[in-house]
Amino acid sequence: MTWANAVVQGILLGGLYALFATGLSLMFGVMRIVNLAHGDLSVLAAFLAFALGDALHVAAFPALLAVVPAMAALGYLLQRLLLQRSMRAGPLAPLVVTFGLSIVLQNALLEWFSPDSRALDIGGLGTASLRLSGAVSIGWFALLCLGVAVTVLAGLQLYLSRTGFGRAMRATSDDPETVQLMGIDHRHVYAVAAAIAFATLAVAGVLFGMRTTFDPSIGPARLIFAFEAVIIGGLGNLWGTLAGAVVLGVAQTLGAQVSPAYAVLAGHLVFLAVLVLRPQGILRTAGVLP
Amino acid sequence: MNPLLIVEEIDVRYGDAQALFGVGLTVRTGETVAVIGANGAGKSTLLKTVAGLLRPARGRIAVDGRDVTALPAHRRARLGIALVPEGRRLFPSLSVEENLRIGAYRSAAGPWRLDRVYELFPHLAGLRGRSAANLSGGEAQAVAIGRALMSNPRLLLLDEVSLGLAPIIVRQLYAALPAITAAGTTVLVVEQDVAQALAVADRVQCLLEGRVALEAPASEVTRAAVASAYFGV
Repeated sequence: MTWANAVVQGILLGGLYALFATGLSLMFGVMRIVNLAHGDLSVLAAFLAFALGDALHVAAFPALLAVVPAMAALGYLLQRLLLQRSMRAGPLAPLVVTFGLSIVLQNALLEWFSPDSRALDIGGLGTASLRLSGAVSIGWFALLCLGVAVTVLAGLQLYLSRTGFGRAMRATSDDPETVQLMGIDHRHVYAVAAAIAFATLAVAGVLFGMRTTFDPSIGPARLIFAFEAVIIGGLGNLWGTLAGAVVLGVAQTLGAQVSPAYAVLAGHLVFLAVLVLRPQGILRTAGVLP
Repeated sequence: MNPLLIVEEIDVRYGDAQALFGVGLTVRTGETVAVIGANGAGKSTLLKTVAGLLRPARGRIAVDGRDVTALPAHRRARLGIALVPEGRRLFPSLSVEENLRIGAYRSAAGPWRLDRVYELFPHLAGLRGRSAANLSGGEAQAVAIGRALMSNPRLLLLDEVSLGLAPIIVRQLYAALPAITAAGTTVLVVEQDVAQALAVADRVQCLLEGRVALEAPASEVTRAAVASAYFGV
């Protein structure tokens, strides 16, 4: 039963990874930008929530109401003012810009918040659980994370497939020049995609901060999990990202069941196996977005 | 009547290579103008510049008396210019109907709606759920024309409708043109197929190596004049 428990915990962990990886998947899917600052931006969101709690005594969940719109606005402006300009210089330039942004963010956070580990306090919710049987129990917080992830992914999927702007986003992903002939400003579409990506990574960053401690240098270590989830699931495919994240989460908790030291290693091994055996990802289908 | 489109003395360059040299063109509301010329004469460049995808190095473009030379393509589209680009350029991850709907993203009020486009090209109605990536050349071209119509354009730019299509399919597509002009749309076509262009146009302009070689009412041009302007002999 302990193995069954490990699988259940892995699926729940996968929910948080999926939420975290969604923005990475979306930005790649819509404008082919690989955002290397993705992890650091999620840490920034957690620190913003921490600062709100510290200075204004705002609890962690209500802090989301301020942090998520602020990060979305940051995403819009960053895409419009910085990344859009760099895209003119070819696909490598935005990659370098986000790499630079990652370093700037880590150092700025270090300057503002010191290298101390922090955590966002959510009181009893962090430890409350639902006991299913002798060996299997589900943490309410982990269940909440999975629920948020599925809601966000389903909402995004509906937005892309059913709304006019979602259709414009998929068309822009296909052909950013031709959409201009339809009166669509591709730069605005890109910036909105970045805003959505930043909003989701902000939610994930704050939830990560409620789950475990964080410090200014932890971003890149998280980014690798997002990359692995996206690649395992299939680049640019949102449901694939959820599947990839669950596979990654289960691999990590099963590895940890063997020995706690093997958790991250097991995830990397599954990732490498997928790259070798099915490089297009487990759910890769035609089209870049759903 | 006021000209809908005025192109004045435009030079267009791709890097070091110059494609258009002082080209001018006037299209009056309600008429159909054809631009003909050999491969590489600059016809598609002219349409892309009118649509705003290319910026002229010199010269001026006005739509309905308003200078649009500095306007980006998406703003010109909102003024009623719709380009059916060379090679169709449908959105492959969207269905046929989604491709048509995206044409109406910034649509003006007007006669063209989904049902009217399906009336114009009846075979598209049966393909509405099909991915635009899985269409024949003729079907794709019909979707591309329908997509442009969905914006209810005042000026429809058609770039090489006949390219790569069987003659019977080309005739079917051009058969839709009278219904389009009857709805009040002004049409500027670019064609390599001279006979087809002369059959649909009120006026014809021939480009030769980036310069205007001939401009005349379609009914008055002679085969010899076209041949000499087309080939420069």
